[in-house]
Amino acid sequence: MARAVTNRRKALNTLIAWSIGLLIFFPILWTILTSFKTEAQAINDPPLFLFFDWTLENYAVVQERSDYMRFLWNSVIIAGGSTVMGIIIAVPAAWSMAFVPSKRTKDILLWMLSTKMLPAVGVLYPIYLLFIELGLLDTRVGLTIVLMLINLPIIVWMLYTYFKEIPGEILEAARMDGAALKEEILYILTPMAVPGIASTLLLNIILAWNEAFWTLNLTAAKAAPLTAFIASYSSPEGLFYAKLSAASTMAIAPILILGWFSQKQLVRGLTFGAVK
Amino acid sequence: MATQHSRSAARIMMAPAVVLLLGWMLIPLTMTLYFSFKKYLPLRGGDLGWVGFDNYVRFVSSSAFWPSVQTTLVIVGGVLLITVVLGVLLAILLDQPLWGQGIVRILVIAPFFVMPTVSALVWKNMFMDPVNGLFAHLWKFFGAQPVEWLSDAPLFSIILIVSWQWLPFATLILLTAIQSLDSEQLEASEMDGAPPLARFGFIILPHLSRAITIVVLIQTIFLLAVFAEIFVTTQGSFGTRTLTYLIFQRVLESQNVGLGSAGGVYAIILANIVAIFLMRIVGKNLDS
Repeated sequence: MARAVTNRRKALNTLIAWSIGLLIFFPILWTILTSFKTEAQAINDPPLFLFFDWTLENYAVVQERSDYMRFLWNSVIIAGGSTVMGIIIAVPAAWSMAFVPSKRTKDILLWMLSTKMLPAVGVLYPIYLLFIELGLLDTRVGLTIVLMLINLPIIVWMLYTYFKEIPGEILEAARMDGAALKEEILYILTPMAVPGIASTLLLNIILAWNEAFWTLNLTAAKAAPLTAFIASYSSPEGLFYAKLSAASTMAIAPILILGWFSQKQLVRGLTFGAVK
Repeated sequence: MATQHSRSAARIMMAPAVVLLLGWMLIPLTMTLYFSFKKYLPLRGGDLGWVGFDNYVRFVSSSAFWPSVQTTLVIVGGVLLITVVLGVLLAILLDQPLWGQGIVRILVIAPFFVMPTVSALVWKNMFMDPVNGLFAHLWKFFGAQPVEWLSDAPLFSIILIVSWQWLPFATLILLTAIQSLDSEQLEASEMDGAPPLARFGFIILPHLSRAITIVVLIQTIFLLAVFAEIFVTTQGSFGTRTLTYLIFQRVLESQNVGLGSAGGVYAIILANIVAIFLMRIVGKNLDS
């Protein structure tokens, strides 16, 4: 009976929760709104909320002046490429740790996690130097590899926790029926593992898309993704609020949408299975 | 159950991930250690020989070191305090029955998906700008003098921006933890007449303690490394130079690689102290 709450209490909860939710969301909403204003309207005093002349001009200007599509494409390649590469490397590792655990499995998992804790700034110069030596500075390949490596521990961990949930008896039954290792993976494991792999893919694309240490320090003009493109607005010329807003909206929109699908995976992926 | 055959297959399947991560860890780490014992100025003479622990001593005795430690602690501590306290309250609120719960949840977690450079620049320009920012308009509306946020209250401003980014993470994890709370226990205490505050203090908070610890540890590791938010707002001026930013400046801006590398080693040690606690919790969870 205790959980049966009166409607009045529920209405009050709703009011408070919505107010706080909208307050937290407001900076994003404001950015989206501003992206549809002219530069003059963007700094109008008092601020204009809904009643202004909506325009798409900024989106066109951002694309024209700074070749926005190129940065977008760099982000897509780097975030997508690093994640796919990471998953290809992590699936076999996670599979073997989940289904053929040995005494050292736990240590290996924890050690992998510990590489994620390495502060990037501590190895900034070595990586920078290696990039120069190998001709990787300001290339998409270089950045893709680095982002793959920094997210690999999370990918292995997420896949491991998902694979762990696949009952081992099914595999044993398949083995009894004479399935070879290859068949076991292809026909039994893969279909059961696809949802876990998809979730891992989703979360890691988000993490790679938003990564803002290596993307800022290892790129210049050619390979810069959206994080670096947006950073170029930190020393602007003239009026730029509406253009900044349009560029920002385009940079965060795809990830906001992906992110809404990945709420649950976020918890699992970022707490390494410690909170479920 | 595992045969010898599958064991060796397992080892081979693990090899690429292990080898790559081992290389990723050992090669740069060794180089950082190597440089940290050298006087190494790429733009002013290059490798000028071994100097022993000179860089380590100079890094901590430079006038910028202690302020940067203090700044780091204030930012990490401030963000942790705000996100954990508000996160617990928000998680409890979102766990209550209410209309449109799913939508509110989406609104609350949205900032986590905004890239750091976007959130920092949006806050810096469209909210904190002393002339055209929304805060300035708000202050003027109430007849107050607009504040120059990033120069008058730089640490507070950065804490605000970073907290906005991390509050969703804390809330989401604490909410997940609250939802696993046995509701019968709460109902029983409610029937026994325990007031809300007692229910919070004796049932909800103890249940959340593990999740809170995890939030604190994970956030600490990420917060120690906060970079873009400072890079695009104050560039480390006005007393916002954290340890991470100081090392970045030593290495890339003034190209004093030896000194910066020694700083890097300190940062690695610091992060590892936090990491050990986190790994212990995660490791325990693996056993169960």
